Amino acid sequence: MKAPRFAYARPASVAEALALLDKHKDDARVLAGGQSLVPMLNFRVAAPKVLVDISRIAGLAGIKVTKTHVRIGALTRHVEIERSADIAKHLPLVAAAMPHVAHPAIRNRGTFGGSCALADPAAELPACALALGATFVVAGKKGERRIAAADFFKGLYATALKASELLVAAEFPLPKPGYASAFGELARRHGDYAMVGLAVHGSTQGGQFSDLRVAFFGVGDRPLLAAHFARALEGRTATAKTIEGALPKLDADLAPRADLYSSAATKLHLAKVLAGRVLKQLIS
Amino acid sequence: MNTLLETVEITLTVNGERVKRSVPARLNLADFLRNELELTGTHVGCEHGVCGACTVRVDGEIVRGCLMFAVQADGCEVDTIEGLSDSREIEELQSAFVLTNALQCGFCTPGVLMAAQALLRDEPNPSRERIREYLSGNYCRCTGYQAIVDAIEAVARARAGRSR
Repeated sequence: MKAPRFAYARPASVAEALALLDKHKDDARVLAGGQSLVPMLNFRVAAPKVLVDISRIAGLAGIKVTKTHVRIGALTRHVEIERSADIAKHLPLVAAAMPHVAHPAIRNRGTFGGSCALADPAAELPACALALGATFVVAGKKGERRIAAADFFKGLYATALKASELLVAAEFPLPKPGYASAFGELARRHGDYAMVGLAVHGSTQGGQFSDLRVAFFGVGDRPLLAAHFARALEGRTATAKTIEGALPKLDADLAPRADLYSSAATKLHLAKVLAGRVLKQLIS
Repeated sequence: MNTLLETVEITLTVNGERVKRSVPARLNLADFLRNELELTGTHVGCEHGVCGACTVRVDGEIVRGCLMFAVQADGCEVDTIEGLSDSREIEELQSAFVLTNALQCGFCTPGVLMAAQALLRDEPNPSRERIREYLSGNYCRCTGYQAIVDAIEAVARARAGRSR
C-alpha cells in the first residue's frame, strides 16, 4: 500500500524540531532515514498526522571518539558505522553487528538513532547498546538528559523517549583493557530480522570470565540481558566446558514467545545454540 | 521548511536532468519516478522495502525507492535504471545477463542490476558467496538466482582479467 496522508515539515535545527514535536505531540512522528517508519506507514500500522523530517538537521550525524567514549550521532547512517575505522577499532561489537542490519540499500538510508528510537525487538543496535552499557542523549524543551541503555528500552517498540523529545546521540564508553566482545545472529536469510541474536561484552582477562553482559535480541519484547547465565559464568575459567555447563541457566533468563516461523521451544533452543557459539567465539 | 505542508515543491536531478515538480508529501520516490517522470524501469513490488525491485541510486548510493518520499530527494541526484542503461554504465552486466539467461520475467532485473553495479563498484572481485549475500535484498521469483550470480561473477572476472 501507499503511506496515508500526512503534513510534512523539515526543520533546520533541533530547536525547531522540538517545537514541532511539542506542538503536535502524539500526532507527530520523527522521520530520519525512514527505513522502518515508511514500511509502517505503507502498511498503515502508523498514521501520524505530522511527519517531522529531521534528516537535514546539521550536527546530528557523525562519529566522534573522545578520551572516555565513542559518540554516535542519531543521524549517522548504518553504512557510515559499517565503514568507520573508529568503530572497527573502538567498538568491534558494533562493527561485527553492522553486516547483519538488513541489506546494503537499507543501510545506505537507515540511521543509528532511528533504529534505537524505534526499538524493534529484533534489531541489532539496541542489543549492542545494552551490552556495551551505552547512554542515550535525549534533547527536550528543557535541555538534554541522559538515559542508560538498560533504562531506555521499555518494551515492544517502546522507549523512555517522550513524544516531545528527540534522540540526538548515544555515548558508548571505551572498552576497558582485557575486555572483548562477540556477536552472532540466526536469521532465515541474510539480512532478515533475527530469529535470535546475541551481543556479548565482558572481560576474559587471565582466562576467566568476568563482568559479562550478554544481550539477546529477537527473543523478547526488547533486548534482554541474560543475568542468570552471566552469573553462572562469573569468575569461572573461560573454557568451552564452562560455557556448556552454564547454558541451562538461560531457561531462567529467557521466555521467548512463538512467532510466525518458530515455536517458543525452538526459539529457546536456538538461543542456547547461539549462546554456545558466540561465547566460544569470545574466548577464541 | 519549518511549516507543515501536504504538497511540497521539489527540485532534483534525475539521470543528469534537472527536474522541478510539486508533489504530495506522501508520494514515494518510486511512484514519483514512474508516474510523474514516466521512468517505468523502476518497479514497484512489495512497497515495504523487502523485494528490492524499486532500487535506485540517490547521491550515488543505492536505496529503496519505496522507502523514501519524493520530498526527501529534494536537492538530490537520482539515477534510475534508464540513466545507467543510457550512459552504458551497466552495458557489460546487461550483456552478461542476456548471455547467461539471468532474467526471465524481468520484473526484478532493474533492481538487481542497480545492486550488482553498486557491489562491483565497491568490491570489484567478490566471491559467489559474497554476491549472494549482497543480493539477499533483491528477490527474483523466476531464475533461482544461479544465473544471476553467474552473470555478475562473469563480469567481475572479465574486469579483473583486463586490469591485470
